[in-house]
Amino acid sequence: MTAPLATDPLSITLTHCAKTWPDGTRALAPLDLEVRPGETLALLGPSGCGKTTLLRLICGLERADAGATIHFGEQAVTDVAPESRGVGVVFQGYALFPNMSVAENVGYGLKIRGVAAAARRDRVREMLALVELEALADRRIDQLSGGQRQRVALARAIAIQPRVLLLDEPLTALDARLRQQLRVDLAKLLRRLGITCVIVTHDQEEAMMLGDRVAVMSAGRLEQLGEPETLYRAPASPFVADFLGTLCRLEGAVVRRHLGVDTLAFRPHEIAIVAPGEGLPATVQARFFLGSQVRLELALEDGQRFTALVASNAPWQPDARVGVRMADAAPAALEEVASC
Amino acid sequence: MTHSRFDTRLGLGITLAVTAFLIGPVLLSVTAGLTQNYFVGLKSGLTFQWVVQVWDLYADTIWRSYGVALATLAVTTVIGVPAAWVLTLFPGRLSRLLEELLTLPVAVPGLATALALIVSWGSTGWLRSSVAFIVVGHVLFTLPFMIRAVRASMQGAELVVLDEAAATLGASRRQRFFDIIVPAAKSGIVTGALTVVTLSIGEFNLTWLLHTPLTKTLPVGLANSYASMRLEVASAYTLVFLLMLLPLMVGLQWLATRTHRTGSLALGASS
Repeated sequence: MTAPLATDPLSITLTHCAKTWPDGTRALAPLDLEVRPGETLALLGPSGCGKTTLLRLICGLERADAGATIHFGEQAVTDVAPESRGVGVVFQGYALFPNMSVAENVGYGLKIRGVAAAARRDRVREMLALVELEALADRRIDQLSGGQRQRVALARAIAIQPRVLLLDEPLTALDARLRQQLRVDLAKLLRRLGITCVIVTHDQEEAMMLGDRVAVMSAGRLEQLGEPETLYRAPASPFVADFLGTLCRLEGAVVRRHLGVDTLAFRPHEIAIVAPGEGLPATVQARFFLGSQVRLELALEDGQRFTALVASNAPWQPDARVGVRMADAAPAALEEVASC
Repeated sequence: MTHSRFDTRLGLGITLAVTAFLIGPVLLSVTAGLTQNYFVGLKSGLTFQWVVQVWDLYADTIWRSYGVALATLAVTTVIGVPAAWVLTLFPGRLSRLLEELLTLPVAVPGLATALALIVSWGSTGWLRSSVAFIVVGHVLFTLPFMIRAVRASMQGAELVVLDEAAATLGASRRQRFFDIIVPAAKSGIVTGALTVVTLSIGEFNLTWLLHTPLTKTLPVGLANSYASMRLEVASAYTLVFLLMLLPLMVGLQWLATRTHRTGSLALGASS
């Protein structure tokens, strides 16, 4: 009988987790966070925001400041060494062992656990089939492409049937096209495994696609935690709004005169371009054809600049005078953000 | 970039001159070891009698030198590789200080180190009269070379991350060390071994003070023969020294080049 792909999912509960480096730098302000059983949580933020530190606290490679507790399900793991935590980790550069073949890398965790050779071989084969690399079992690591290495790292992490799976920027090292493809594969695989997973990324699209929920972090703090759609439509702070896609902001007398509000915040696809005389008067400064859309760079009469993404058959050319208003489907929520 | 013919010839000329400067005296000495009478010159005839005489008188010093070098290598490997790993894992001010301290016996004259050893351990009878005493001195002198070489290969290979990866897979510190760290630092270990063996076989300063009449090594025997025998015998000794040393050196060098080649390929994979 084949072993299940993963064990029953556990929750990860962090209470009052903070991290201060020996030189006194605060990497992480005290935070509470719960990752639900079977959920994929994406930690999103710019580099240096503490997201990787948080991941390393969960897998035990860093120790949190005194007073913190970490639980996997009911079990307290705060003082448990990384080798006993039962976590599967995919590292940013993959950290594959150069002195071992693909199969040996995937089977290393099982060998350490004393799994018999025959059972180990079966499990390795199963894992390699899962990431579609059966044919490369005997290859050396330096004979693999970036995408293949990423999949070996994933297979190695899953092979030990970890209690939780942690991925540190798993797709960053790859080129854009491959990243798109592997992102889809990874999303499918995570859903199939049903394992509790934390994924660190600085790419908002990746976070929204892979995460059931997304935790946006900035300067060692948790800015907002929620489902991708909530974060996008109702960001709790200008930082979150700005980080999850472009946010344009217009204010001043012109806006007040034409729209009756002090400020207007919107995403480039949320405005409609209409005939001059309607809405807010603006001038097209530049036009970029992007295939499915056209990107217009516009300016108000007082010089404020903003961007609009409109249908690719939009006729406006540079120097055209147009009117701008919020598209009918645009949510009103963003206006509130602008005032915070 | 192209080089003119003149540059190439000049370079070649200088290289040959330097080589001749280095090898010339050795060749002369070897010739002396094979001539009947060095003062008469080659026309006195060639002979192996000095070589045979050296072998009869000093064969034990040659084997002892090999033994000491191998024992030194064993000790420096067992101490040096883990030490290099600890220094790599915890790179701080204390690590740097420790490394400087370890290098001290290289800077301090060998005679001073040997004196210090005799002052501290000389009264321990069995140790003072055994070959182990010489091994202790050689380990002190060669350990920093092993640690430096191994550390260099460990720093280049992002080994700390590999170690962390193995830890999350459940491997204990000891398992990680033998499964991941040692194989990845292989090229550094071989380079270090080459240096340690070379230094130990040729070491004279320390050994001169540490040896007893029963624990003479090859270089001490060589000095002895220069001081007390015919010049031809001492020169024949040099010949024997070279014949014993060269195959070992060439073999180790070949191994080092080979490991470096495969090692660098493997390291490329982890980046």
